[in-house]
Amino acid sequence: MLSVIDVDRVREDFPILKRRLKNGKSLVYFDNAATTQKPKQVIDAIYDYYINYNSNIHRGVHQLAVEATEAYESSRRKAARFINAGEDEVIFTRNTTEAINLVAYAWARKSIQKDDGIIITELEHHSNIVPWQMVAKEKGARLHYIRVNLEHSDDGSLVLDDIHTLLRENDVRLVAVSHMSNVLGTIIPVKDIINVCKNYDKSIKVLVDGAQSTPHMPINVKDVQCDFFAFSAHKMLGPTGVGVLYAERELLDVMDPFLTGGDMIREVHKYDTRWNDLPWRFEAGTPNIADVIGFGAAIDYLDSIGMSNVRAYEHELTKYMLSRLREVKDIRVYGSMDADERGAVFSFTLADIHPHDLASILDEDGIAIRSGHHCAQPLMERLGVAATSRASLYIYNTKEEIDRFIESLNRARLIFRLG
Amino acid sequence: MSSADIYREIILDYYRNPRNYGKLDDADVVVRDSNPLCGDEIEMHIKFEDGKVKDIKFNGKGCAISQASASMLTEIVMNKSVDEVKRIGKEDILTNLGLTNLGPARIKEDADKLY
Repeated sequence: MLSVIDVDRVREDFPILKRRLKNGKSLVYFDNAATTQKPKQVIDAIYDYYINYNSNIHRGVHQLAVEATEAYESSRRKAARFINAGEDEVIFTRNTTEAINLVAYAWARKSIQKDDGIIITELEHHSNIVPWQMVAKEKGARLHYIRVNLEHSDDGSLVLDDIHTLLRENDVRLVAVSHMSNVLGTIIPVKDIINVCKNYDKSIKVLVDGAQSTPHMPINVKDVQCDFFAFSAHKMLGPTGVGVLYAERELLDVMDPFLTGGDMIREVHKYDTRWNDLPWRFEAGTPNIADVIGFGAAIDYLDSIGMSNVRAYEHELTKYMLSRLREVKDIRVYGSMDADERGAVFSFTLADIHPHDLASILDEDGIAIRSGHHCAQPLMERLGVAATSRASLYIYNTKEEIDRFIESLNRARLIFRLG
Repeated sequence: MSSADIYREIILDYYRNPRNYGKLDDADVVVRDSNPLCGDEIEMHIKFEDGKVKDIKFNGKGCAISQASASMLTEIVMNKSVDEVKRIGKEDILTNLGLTNLGPARIKEDADKLY
């Protein structure tokens, strides 16, 4: 039995895992790369805010405003500590996409010029592709891709040699790279990539998309030495509608505001305005107070388990999943078969069954997986498929659920008359 | 409907051996549509003669239901007049597929897109 996490106890905290689906089946939730379920501690924290101290934050002198401000800012301290950042380096956004867009608007549009190079990779989520396409088109800059290895044992890793070539041949200003692929599960050695870039030219900025890594492993932005780091609360037990952008203090100091208006100002006069201090300068308007407070509870929950234990547990699940997937006839798993190199995200195709059909059949067995291009169409193109099925696991999933999933895959083979 | 009812022999047969699959070099009309939700793509090539569908081919990518229904549709409209084709509705396709009571996620993606 798995030992690093008491999974039965963890499951007790997630009310949704007790629900029955319409055909009486219990839920196997394997769509965690899209969003995770929420423990009652998170739901209670949001409820508590609305029931007991609902108020707008900052500049209020009454008790509710003080309590709400303290709860909101305490979530910021927790988020900062969670990734080893300074408190004034953590900006709340709506999601990872908005965090990346903030960098694209407030930093890149000012700092990237004609013919400058922007490097991304073939395995990025659309949220780390489209903003850079926009900047490149607007500025006349050039967008370049680090390729993905798709041969044998190095399946799903990046062709790291590409970085050297791209740095040499271009005036690179920005490298934007995912920390973990939302399709292949590949864990990207971002620290090595950043080292290479900074050794080449200290002024190159590196953005890490941590949407898929932050929920599943310890994160230390100061150790990695990235300039920007983005992630979302809802993929790590928190509510939807909250994202985080970490940026180095010196960078934030010279960046223009992104959205302007209330709360991000120090003084407003008729014709000019002085900006507020960091990090509030980048949080215009009333923020998502309730969900930021809920996010604080999610961080507490993960902290109580410990991120090393989260990673260790998922590593065990990954090893088991890979061994079970190997047994399924006609399956093709994309990405590394080595649990050390990947997270618990598994993309696959099964014979000639369209991923959408497969997801429907699994749904009938109470198993929630995702099918489609997973917002990574350039990667799909590279894999030579229009769509894949994707199962993604988290701390409340079990080996027994993996067994049910494998059983369902085999049932799908029978339904499609595959001998 | 359960999967066993949906993925009957006839649908799998049309999925694996689609009738009228391909393109027409001399098509009068080419219509292409895609569904960003599931990635389905269907392209219809039609050749008319004397107000009737003289020839029709389809190609594309998608789930078994989308591909089988597209293939069946080409058989249904072959040699029919434009007016007759216009009268064909979603229900006719579902009847041909032998499908009733498909969930909204599947109907929207798989049938509506053909019109």
